[in-house]
Amino acid sequence: MNMIAPTIAPNTILATPNGTTRPQVRIVIVGHVDHGKSTLVGRLLHETGSLPDGKLEMLKAVSARRGMPFEWSFLLDALQTERDQGITIDTTQIRFRTRSRDVVLIDAPGHAEFLRNMITGAAQADGAVLIIDALEGVRDQTRRHGYLLHLLGVKQVAVVVNKMDRVDFSAERFGAIRDEITAHLTGLGLAPTAVIPISARDGDGVADRTAKIAWYKGPTVVEALDALLPARPLDELALRLPVQAIYKFDDRRIVAGRIESGSLAAGDEIVIMPAGKIAKIRSIEGWPARPAGAQSAGRSVGITLDRELFVERGDVIAHVGSAPRDTRRIRARIFWLHETPLAAGASILLRLGNKETRAVVVAIEKAVDPGELASAEAKAIARNHVGEIDISLAQPLAADPYVDNPRTGRLVIEVQGRIAGGGLVLSVDAGQRAVPVDIVPVESALRPDERSARYRHNGAVVWLTGLPGSGKSTLARALERKLFGDGGSPILLDGDTLRAGLNGDLGFSPQDRTENIRRLAEVAAHLARNGHVAIVAAVSPSREDRAAARRIADSAFREVYVATPADVCESRDPKGHYAKARAGVLHGFTGIGNDYQPPESVELTIDTSSRTVSEAAGEIERMLISTGILFDELTDVAANI
Amino acid sequence: MQPGMDHLDALEAQSIYIFREAFARLKKLALLWSLGKDSNVMIWLARKAFFGRVPFPALHVDTEKKFPEMYAFRERYSKEWNLDLKVDYCPPIDAVDPTLPPAARSAARKTEGLKLALNKYGFDGLIAGIRRDEEATRAKERVFSPRGLEGGWDVRDQPPEFWDQFNASPPPGAHLRIHPILHWTEADIWAYTKRENIPIIPLYLAKNGKRYRSLGDADITFPVASTASTIDEILIELEGSKIPERAGRALDHETEDAFERLRVAGYL
Repeated sequence: MNMIAPTIAPNTILATPNGTTRPQVRIVIVGHVDHGKSTLVGRLLHETGSLPDGKLEMLKAVSARRGMPFEWSFLLDALQTERDQGITIDTTQIRFRTRSRDVVLIDAPGHAEFLRNMITGAAQADGAVLIIDALEGVRDQTRRHGYLLHLLGVKQVAVVVNKMDRVDFSAERFGAIRDEITAHLTGLGLAPTAVIPISARDGDGVADRTAKIAWYKGPTVVEALDALLPARPLDELALRLPVQAIYKFDDRRIVAGRIESGSLAAGDEIVIMPAGKIAKIRSIEGWPARPAGAQSAGRSVGITLDRELFVERGDVIAHVGSAPRDTRRIRARIFWLHETPLAAGASILLRLGNKETRAVVVAIEKAVDPGELASAEAKAIARNHVGEIDISLAQPLAADPYVDNPRTGRLVIEVQGRIAGGGLVLSVDAGQRAVPVDIVPVESALRPDERSARYRHNGAVVWLTGLPGSGKSTLARALERKLFGDGGSPILLDGDTLRAGLNGDLGFSPQDRTENIRRLAEVAAHLARNGHVAIVAAVSPSREDRAAARRIADSAFREVYVATPADVCESRDPKGHYAKARAGVLHGFTGIGNDYQPPESVELTIDTSSRTVSEAAGEIERMLISTGILFDELTDVAANI
Repeated sequence: MQPGMDHLDALEAQSIYIFREAFARLKKLALLWSLGKDSNVMIWLARKAFFGRVPFPALHVDTEKKFPEMYAFRERYSKEWNLDLKVDYCPPIDAVDPTLPPAARSAARKTEGLKLALNKYGFDGLIAGIRRDEEATRAKERVFSPRGLEGGWDVRDQPPEFWDQFNASPPPGAHLRIHPILHWTEADIWAYTKRENIPIIPLYLAKNGKRYRSLGDADITFPVASTASTIDEILIELEGSKIPERAGRALDHETEDAFERLRVAGYL
């Protein structure tokens, strides 16, 4: 009982409520089912004087009423379902204090069926206690949990050999188990910090070295917990600020996210990955006041940039010179929790930081059951098994190998809207294109420079967005004529025209609109890759949909906002749609409602009410020159006409 | 906890992260504002996350049996904090499962009120201020916790949640509970309330040797013996106390599993 935190003087508490200056460590208790995890937790709470008044008495009364002997595990198994089955099905968190630590104890279930809950608990931990029944020894779930601790990045593990009373406190039996588990964990790169003989039920080895284990000279469980270190500092690593959202609640455009590693300050030169755009941090925002000075790992921040760049959720902000790699290919070591095994060719949703992208499993390199001693390799990763996979991503993202950065080097996999697995990034192949499985694209016979030499422009997608009647189609046709006249290869893709054919199966629900834009963007991007200038005229009211189009066309994308005032658009009403919508005979029409989301950042904004069609087309042409689509000599030619 | 941050900084940063994830990934959010100390801290954290604004409604499911001080607080701070306040009322007690013990039945009425409000507005995410340290079943909660079509909680089939990656896709018609202060303790709430100077309902502070540790309906919530008349004194009191926070909430103690049954049915 010597480990109960000493009483602290009231004035100390005022300065540090609830011991907030004491290091907090989060510890997960894992191990095979029935090896005594919940019993150990109950015992620890008792030994550290952490139980609420009346709790022990209440549970003893409940046990008596049910006609069963009191068990320490009842303290945790507060849920009816758990008492009935006698097993922990979900993690529980309990707080207590040792001499120098605030401990958050996470009790995780040992039953194989509830591995997802063990992972939920263990992923939050700074350290782990792996419990082994002295009679049963190392079992499959012991090995599996050991392996998962390694995969989850838990680096400190103390092993307790429980139920020593059932082997007559045999030093020999303890030694055998100690050697077996130490060899196993060390093989995973996870050498145990201590191996402790205990009887959780009777208290031996938990807080005191009793006479029954007089032969044991190492730390007690409480001492071992006291020696575990809090989370390791991340501010010494390179800056990684994954973008959670862009907020424009007022005239500020705030890029919000949590600093996962490193630190940042106003004035820093940063790079936005995967696009690689450069900017400077103008300010660090905050409420009720702006925070002073540099902000480092762990902080949720909001920053503004010195220029208007296209930034979106999932991008990663880093310092110039130490940016993460951009990739469409990742190799990862993962654990799998879904009932359907993960096989090559599987289509998945991948989350890495705040980025979400569709992906395909290109290959399964290894698939093993970490619970088995001799691993039989398989072609698919079964539930509760682990493996190494190659993933091809539908969109590029920024990532680090786990060894370089534990926060931006881990990912989860979602199946049907539910997390089905997770793992560590082993390597990223920078700049590689995605490789779709079973699809063999036929490459064009022509090189891009052959086309651009003829057309005197590079491929591009010129995306005209704006309200109905804003002049998109008129402008698109003028631009088409102009580029063609200069020997180029423009191609007009009008939203309404494509709806008559390719998109004839789509309506005007938000999902259908999204799909409509996706198809437009895919066709336009294909044309752009083959050297043409695809001119898209589409209302495309959703900012998100346009962002998706930009991702598809990538660096070829040029967005033009045709920002003609709404009243002018309605007075023009070239297709009679406004009149019909006002009369109530046309539903879901963008323009009358408030559902057009104007762009926040585009290559060009044009108001057609204040200039001629030719002037407006000229502005687009100049933008295409300045952004490297139209070649300079074309300007000269144009200037001489 | 990272260098340069204290315990409260770390809690705050994590809560802001959760708020921003919820706002990014759900379409129609609301924050359940019970007017208590925890939900006031939540509103404060939301304003930090969104730079002074709460960009979704604050929903008060009103039993019409709260303390007058609570209604006064609601009127004042919904305006001062510029909240999009929505007040919805609970059905009469007759509409609630008569097999529940009296206090639990009264609380279940609130669950019914919540279901009605959910149907009315069609929220896909409800932000709730529960904490793991309050009660054993709450300790098992996820940060993003899916609810069934009837609002029920299936503790046996919770999805895995790790590395701050949240399951945010409720099936059509169902909704998610989001718990931004799940990792806070009662003492954390008070220490933060003091540091940030967040207003509270005076019933929490001792008068004539009694104070409320937790606020619910006036007829089923009882004060505890206390001389703590300031937040500092509350913190000292908590340091030495082993009495559970919800000791004054009758509904937790009627039967061994009353609270769990309520939660499975959709109670907070």
